[in-house]
Amino acid sequence: MSKIIVMTSGKGGVGKTTSSAAFATGLALRGFKTVVIDFDVGLRNLDLVMGCERRVVFDFINVINGEAKLNQALIKDKRIENLYILPTSQTRDKDALTREGVEKVLNELSKEFDYILCDSPAGIERGALMSLYFADHAIIVTNPEVSSVRDSDRILGVLNSRSRRAEQGLEPVTQQLLLTRYDPERVEKGEMLKVDDVLEILAIPLLGVIPESQAVLRASNVGMPVILDEVSNAGLAYSDAVGRFLGEDIEHRFVTPQKKGLFSRLLRRSA
Amino acid sequence: MSIFNFFRAAPRASAVQAKERLQIVMAHERAGRSGPDYLPMLQQELLAVIAKYVNIDENKVEVKLDRGGDCSTLEVNIELPAREQAKAAAATKAAEKPAGNDVGAVKRPAGGAVGNAGKKRI
Ligand SMILES: Nc1ncnc2c1ncn2[C@@H]1O[C@H](COP(=O)(O)OP(=O)(O)O)[C@@H](O)[C@H]1O
Ligand SMILES: [Mg+2]
Repeated sequence: MSKIIVMTSGKGGVGKTTSSAAFATGLALRGFKTVVIDFDVGLRNLDLVMGCERRVVFDFINVINGEAKLNQALIKDKRIENLYILPTSQTRDKDALTREGVEKVLNELSKEFDYILCDSPAGIERGALMSLYFADHAIIVTNPEVSSVRDSDRILGVLNSRSRRAEQGLEPVTQQLLLTRYDPERVEKGEMLKVDDVLEILAIPLLGVIPESQAVLRASNVGMPVILDEVSNAGLAYSDAVGRFLGEDIEHRFVTPQKKGLFSRLLRRSA
Repeated sequence: MSIFNFFRAAPRASAVQAKERLQIVMAHERAGRSGPDYLPMLQQELLAVIAKYVNIDENKVEVKLDRGGDCSTLEVNIELPAREQAKAAAATKAAEKPAGNDVGAVKRPAGGAVGNAGKKRI
C-alpha cells in the first residue's frame, strides 16, 4: 500500500515546491519508489526545480482526461533510481482537476509506488483541496512569519474538515511542521519568530527546520533538488527531515546561529 | 516623540509582538471556524429591530469588532438623522412609556450613536 503525502501551506512562496523536490528525492535515495506530482495546474514549476523541464511531453491533466497513459506522462529521474515526476499542465486551469480523475490516477500510482508526494499550489481552492483530499500525511510548510503561520493554521482546519479522511470519519491525516527559511541570527535578534513560538501556536509535531540558505537558489538554478547538495545546511536539514519522517530519531541542527570562525567563513559560500 | 525616537525606543522585540498578535487572532479564527459567521445576520436583525422605530440610513451604520485576548467588543454605531428624534419620541409614547423616560439610544442627539457593546468570552 502506498502512502500519500501532501506538501501544503496555504500561503504561496514559502517553499512547498522546493520541499517537495527535496523530500521526494530523499525518499527515493533511501530506496522507496517515489513519485512527486505537481498540482499547481497552470503554473508548472516542479519540472524546473527537478530539472526535467525539457522532457515533459504529457502531463497529469492529460492522464486525467484520458489523452495519455500514465506511464507516458511519468518522467523517470535521470540521477536517482526509484524517483519519478508527474508534471502538470501549463495551459489548462484548475477545473481540470476532478476528484474522480485525481482518484483514478492516485489509485493507479498506488499499485506501483511506495510514496506519492503531492506538491500543493497556494490558496485553499480547488488545486489545493484536491492535492490534500486523498492524503494520509500532511507536511505543513511554514515560514517564521505572521501571514504564513496564520495560513498554515487555516490549512490545518481544512485538513481536519475537508480531507477524505475527515469526511469518511477515518483516522485523521497526520500533520507535521516543516519550518523553512529559518534565520537563526534574526531569531536571536528578536526579529523573527522562534521555532518554539511557531510550534506553540500551531501545536503540531516538528518534522524539521530548514535554514534560509543560498544553496536553495543555486540548486534551483541548475534543476537539482537541494537535498543533493550534501555540503549545504539546507540539503542536510532536508535529509534529516526525511529521516525523521521515516521514524528515525535525529536531533535538529541549524536552529542556532553558527559560530563564525575562520573555517566557517571560508566555507560560507556553501552555507 | 519624533519618529526616530519611536523606532529607537522600540522596547519589545518585533517577534514577541508577532507571536502575541498571532495568538489572539488565531484563537478567534479557530473558534469561529466551527460555527457560521453570525455577524452579518446579527447586523441585519439588529437593524430590522431599530428600523421598526427609527428611519435609518444603511450607509450610516458602522459595525466594529475588536478582538482582544480576554474579551472582544462588538460595537454597532447607527447615526440617527435629526428629525428622526421627534418620530422616535412619538414611537416611545405610542408604546405607552411614561413621558420623560430615558430610552437611551433614541434620545441621543443627531449624529450621535446608538452604542451596543456586547462582550464575548473566548
Ligand atoms: N530555505 C530556503 N532558503 C532560501 N530560499 C528559499 C528557501 N526555500 C525556498 N526558497 C526560495 O523561495 C522561493 C519560493 O519557493 P517555492 O518552493 O517555489 O515555494 P512555493 O512552492 O511554496 O510557492 C523560491 O525562490 C525558492 O528558491
Ligand atoms: Mg510551488
